[in-house]
Amino acid sequence: MTSKSKWLSAPYVLWSVVFIIIPLGMIFYYGLTDKTGAFTLENITAIMTAEHRKALWLSLLLSLISTLICFLLAYPLAMILANMKVSQHSFIILIFILPMWMNFLLRTLAWQTLLEKSGVINSVLTFLHLPNINIINTPYAIVLGMVYNFLPFMVLPLYNALSKIDENVINAARDLGAGSVHTFFRIILPLSVPGIISGITMVFVPALTTFVISTLLGGSKILLIGNVIEQEFTQASNWHLGSGLSIVLMIFIILNMIASAVFDKDGEGGIL
Amino acid sequence: MKNKTTRAAILTLSCLLTSMAALTGCGASGGGSNGEVIVYNWGEYIDPETIEMFEKETGIKVVYDEFETNETMFPKVESGAASYDVVCPSDYMISKMIAADMLAELNFDNMPNAKANIGAQYYEQSRGFDPDNKYSVPYCWGTVGILYNQTMVEEPITNWAQLWDEKYADNILMQDSVRDAFMVAEKLNGFSMNTVDPDELAVARDSLIEQKPLVQAYVIDQVRDKMIGGEAAIGVIYSGEAIYTQRENPDLVYVIPEEGTNIWIDSWVILKDAPNKENAEKFIDFMCRGDIAVKNFEYITYSTPNDAARELIEDEDIRNSEIAFPDLSQYDNLEVFVYLGEEGDALYNEMWKEVKSN
Repeated sequence: MTSKSKWLSAPYVLWSVVFIIIPLGMIFYYGLTDKTGAFTLENITAIMTAEHRKALWLSLLLSLISTLICFLLAYPLAMILANMKVSQHSFIILIFILPMWMNFLLRTLAWQTLLEKSGVINSVLTFLHLPNINIINTPYAIVLGMVYNFLPFMVLPLYNALSKIDENVINAARDLGAGSVHTFFRIILPLSVPGIISGITMVFVPALTTFVISTLLGGSKILLIGNVIEQEFTQASNWHLGSGLSIVLMIFIILNMIASAVFDKDGEGGIL
Repeated sequence: MKNKTTRAAILTLSCLLTSMAALTGCGASGGGSNGEVIVYNWGEYIDPETIEMFEKETGIKVVYDEFETNETMFPKVESGAASYDVVCPSDYMISKMIAADMLAELNFDNMPNAKANIGAQYYEQSRGFDPDNKYSVPYCWGTVGILYNQTMVEEPITNWAQLWDEKYADNILMQDSVRDAFMVAEKLNGFSMNTVDPDELAVARDSLIEQKPLVQAYVIDQVRDKMIGGEAAIGVIYSGEAIYTQRENPDLVYVIPEEGTNIWIDSWVILKDAPNKENAEKFIDFMCRGDIAVKNFEYITYSTPNDAARELIEDEDIRNSEIAFPDLSQYDNLEVFVYLGEEGDALYNEMWKEVKSN
């Protein structure tokens, strides 16, 4: 490393120390101490109490379902995009990114208005004499909110991985007698694994930790692990327990990261 | 080559300097010609025009910030992450802050309006949480009750027990704040809303768990819009919202439930380490002026303890409104929240979590 590049990296080093290293250190400090400042593992083992276990389990379940739905929706779309000409697909990608120009809180609030009992969707359904849908304040609404918010994060890495596949490889497979199903499972799917892993991480991690979507679309009736942690900080003012539970959550995120590292050795799955 | 390195260094340095300037910029005092005052109040709890009038008359700049529940306000103030001057907590939170030695004693000589305009009975009532009336000036008061939509219920709602009636499944809105939610269940079971008896609390918790499938959502400020929009039939609400919601939707009725309920006062306090204590007293006194208090009353519609303001209310119906200014002598089961101590708070939070995760 030359002294020049050292100088140029200084702002980033400063950034990561101030906004990553120090906050992480604080979480570990609070998470491993009690109110008197003495060392304890109680905040970590607190995850085993019935209500925390339940919240964690529900969070894992809902974020896994959301990730799966995102994947099933995004993969065909990414394949269609990858096969398109540049002029066409850039327009479709724009359409996908366009809503992200608006704050995601506002978009989630809009879903609240859409899904309400006397909301927009139900008014239209009533007008058409169709049965109403009542999913607001249920886990279904939370999954819908997660899928809606995180779908672009699945589409983009998948599209990126798929468009990198050499056309000649697919042609070669066809030449050697593989049908389209065979080509897909033996060639396209394995070659897109880095994109799949990256997409899963990009959807699963924010879905696992969210507390806003569950508050807004779950009517505060459904407690996810993110809500538990948020409430320890903002309402119960028990930063120690909140930090301890955050550490537990980090373990799941790190597991996910390790899985990505194993499957995506070349680091090909980054967005765009 | 040498030149390039220097340039990079200068670039880095200037980046650092600008970011530091940005960081310290918000901490610097200044603002108006006579300094500033930093106010931390409930959401939608003031007429913004009165803030402008204060700034114009005094030359003090107001930095205004809002919170949604007492419980979210406390850790923010306690951690000192943001330095506020004036805060407007509720009764039990004030006693908690007094216990934590967070409040400054007020000098009422600097606040003639606070002394003259606020009704004596409200100071008397404040003694429950501020025994010597040293720390707080009442701003708003009221009860917690039931707001229901006449067109959506089969009989008038008069008591908390009806919030457990399966007829109203998915049509009930509860408060998403631990003390208010537990208060309902405690009154239903005939307990004090300040109980810390684990057995009584367990009963109240089980009632809330039993009720949960009937509850449409736990909400705070949204209860107002949802009730106006006819989204739910019954909602637990602060009396101050009743006048406003009825104005928007005449089908709504506010009742104080038979089992009794909570009566509360929100008061101005000044923090012990307030950077602008004098301006804070000026701000509180300004808010106690009759013409200002009436403006705020008409905007937020929460009952004012300000006698001078009440006389200025033009609409006779509202001046004598049973909702805004109920005759409390007819109720003998109203209770004030008191601070439960750290252990009591922890117990409530624990039980509330059990309700929520069930």
